[in-house]
Amino acid sequence: MINRILAWLTDGAHWQGDDGILRRVVEHMEYSVAALVIAALIAIPLGLYIGHTGRGRFLVVNAVGAARAIPSLGLLFLAFLWLGPRLSGDIAFLAPAGLVLIVLAIPPILSGAYAGVEGVEPAARDAAAGMGMRGTEVLRHVELPCALPLILSGIRSAMLQVIATATIAAVVGLGGLGRFLIDGLAVRDTPQTASGAILVAVLALVVDMVLALVQRSVVSPGLTGRYGKVSL
Amino acid sequence: MTWLRGHFVDVLSLAGQHIYLAGVPLVLGLLIALPLGWLACRYKVLYPFLIIGTGLLYTIPSLALFIMLPLLLGTHVLDPTNVLIAMTIYTVALLVRTVADGLGAVPDEVNQSATAMGYKRGRRFVSVELPLAVPVISAGLRVAAVSNVSIVSVASLIGVPQLGSLFTDGFNRAFLDPIIVGVVACVLLALLFDVTILGVTRLATPWQRAGEASS
Amino acid sequence: MIRFDAVSKQFPDGTKAVDELTLEAPTGKITVLVGPSGCGKTTSLRMINRMVTPTGGRIWIDDQDTAEMDEAQLRRGIGYVIQHAGLFPHRTIAANIATVPMLLGWGKRKSEARAVELLERVGLPASYANRYPAQLSGGQQQRVGVARALAADPPIMLMDEPFSAVDPVVREQLQDEFLRLQSDLGKTIVFVTHDIEEAIKLGDQVAVLRGSGNLAQLSDPAQLLAHPVDDFVADFVGKDRGYRALSFQQSPQFPLLRESSVPLGATPAQAAAAARDGWVLVMDADRRPLGWIEPGRITAPVRPEMLARGGTVATAGGPLRNALDAALSSPSRRGVIVDDQGALLGTVRAYQVLAEIEERARPELDQADLERAGLRPGEETPG
Repeated sequence: MINRILAWLTDGAHWQGDDGILRRVVEHMEYSVAALVIAALIAIPLGLYIGHTGRGRFLVVNAVGAARAIPSLGLLFLAFLWLGPRLSGDIAFLAPAGLVLIVLAIPPILSGAYAGVEGVEPAARDAAAGMGMRGTEVLRHVELPCALPLILSGIRSAMLQVIATATIAAVVGLGGLGRFLIDGLAVRDTPQTASGAILVAVLALVVDMVLALVQRSVVSPGLTGRYGKVSL
Repeated sequence: MTWLRGHFVDVLSLAGQHIYLAGVPLVLGLLIALPLGWLACRYKVLYPFLIIGTGLLYTIPSLALFIMLPLLLGTHVLDPTNVLIAMTIYTVALLVRTVADGLGAVPDEVNQSATAMGYKRGRRFVSVELPLAVPVISAGLRVAAVSNVSIVSVASLIGVPQLGSLFTDGFNRAFLDPIIVGVVACVLLALLFDVTILGVTRLATPWQRAGEASS
Repeated sequence: MIRFDAVSKQFPDGTKAVDELTLEAPTGKITVLVGPSGCGKTTSLRMINRMVTPTGGRIWIDDQDTAEMDEAQLRRGIGYVIQHAGLFPHRTIAANIATVPMLLGWGKRKSEARAVELLERVGLPASYANRYPAQLSGGQQQRVGVARALAADPPIMLMDEPFSAVDPVVREQLQDEFLRLQSDLGKTIVFVTHDIEEAIKLGDQVAVLRGSGNLAQLSDPAQLLAHPVDDFVADFVGKDRGYRALSFQQSPQFPLLRESSVPLGATPAQAAAAARDGWVLVMDADRRPLGWIEPGRITAPVRPEMLARGGTVATAGGPLRNALDAALSSPSRRGVIVDDQGALLGTVRAYQVLAEIEERARPELDQADLERAGLRPGEETPG
């Protein structure tokens, strides 16, 4: 079986063309990144606002917890059956899945954002205001940089969630690497299915590692404790 | 909801399967994560390896793991044991870090005074460190439980029967009712797990309740 | 000059934290607000830079009503030092210090140069500029906090228990350096503390606030110790008032006893020859006193472990309190007096210091204090 899988993976034909591996990887990343960016554009400002002002916190914390309980597969099917018939063409496949991807990516980022802002030392916030920073300046110069570790954590979490859900979304017609898994299952082509699984796993690992590197380089050393050679 | 009335028993049986597939890994996962987390906490050198190692496992998308495991283990694709093992892996991956952090959060002074009173290592772990780490571990366990309930439903794509089968069923017949029932059932199940773990935690940490009562 | 004009603060739940506070913090002086917990001292301080909005009365800074100034502009002109420093953990020390200059638009280079200058001013090495707050100890972080408040050279400084969160040894160092800094800079400072000793040590004038949020007494430290207006202030100021008040009196040039001395390593015989009344002083090569020795009790050449070190040493011309303590604590009952370099000048006896104290007049009662406390002359509680 291992040989058959390796044979499938190393077959040049499988890598080219509209349904080749390369194309599928690109597609998968396109969906994932797009969903992540949109989710971040919604969740980060919202989370910053909630963390900074404290308003709506109770509602959001519980909503985020509840959202984790919603099964992604069920949501995908619901969205597809409900939205699909109302749209036509390619959009009918993209929109339901895209919507679900965005909705599932929001909770981790939102959670990271407000937890990050809340976690800023009160003394630092007080000092910032006392020195003459206005509200938005405190947010920009103090709260946001200090919240960055948790925000990036949330983004990493969300990214994994999105990549995993995008894989499953192949079942409602979305492209991407999930196609190999779903199509392979449908025709019982195990080498295809297995190869798809391996590819998705590798993609997820690589993306996570890249984000981890980004996290390391973007977050201030003062927060992480990575001071290099200099220390007390 | 006439569909539900007609298929109530089926839904219940699927729910039972679901509880088994989501719940057993919680217990197994916790049992495995406890020693691993303790190692990561006790021997700081191991912490990055264990955390990153298990973190990598968590990165693998669920469907991919469900497909790869039968091949790696030699079991039949439809065997629910695959799902069980996969879910246990996810639970362990989630909990090792939680256990390590929970044990690490026990104040040093408490450990030292316990040792100074004559507790030996093993007994101190069971009687002092572990109980104090319970709140953190329990929080992680609740997240794992809810997450498990959601992930298990994906297994319907490879044909393993549980609540997720309601989704694939409904989708194949373009029928919304079973899907809605399935989603609601999953959410209720997640709530059930959450409340149960919370309840057990409260029983296991009487000092926290006392603290709340006096404040 | 900062002027409180019947300032009050009442919170929405009804608690009155500050009750019609009227006082003046003179320019270039340190005014300390002190009192028990809940007396409104921190709230009063924070009303100056409008971190808290008064519900009654007005606060004036040099004839400008603070309520009419732009909040952020007001604060950028006031140095603000708080208890746990509140340094920004994500910025380097230099970037922290440079915060207000950058806000004011000084530009990066000028701001960072100023930051390094201030680092050295507060007694930290310039190499700390690129470290992060987490790499510094509590005391060092507090110094950075002070440097940060001084960066834009504001005329006013507000300090809220800045030295309370460090251990006593570090606290004393910080207090001494703060006084040195103030003698160089001459800022108008309002300082909040719960520690009456700190208030007396640092303040040019001390405002004692009651738990109900109003002013009990506003005096200079010597007045406070000599004439507390009522029982509350007397209790708060505490015991040993006569002794503590001696800190504010300067010693005259006492006629000193000449002391012969021996160095370390002297034999018992040599020590006995130099001793008077059974005790002799041991000094180092620079004529600095190391301790006392009883030649009658030693059998070997003098070693450091043999020295009786109980006596404190007072600098000539320093506070009377130090001279008295030197005499009282000395094992030989002869208080050691040294010059500014620490070299021995001679010794003084307790009766000499006490004679000097008794000749000095007590500070006169300030009538204004009584009026503020609502008492009439003659009603003063014996302090």
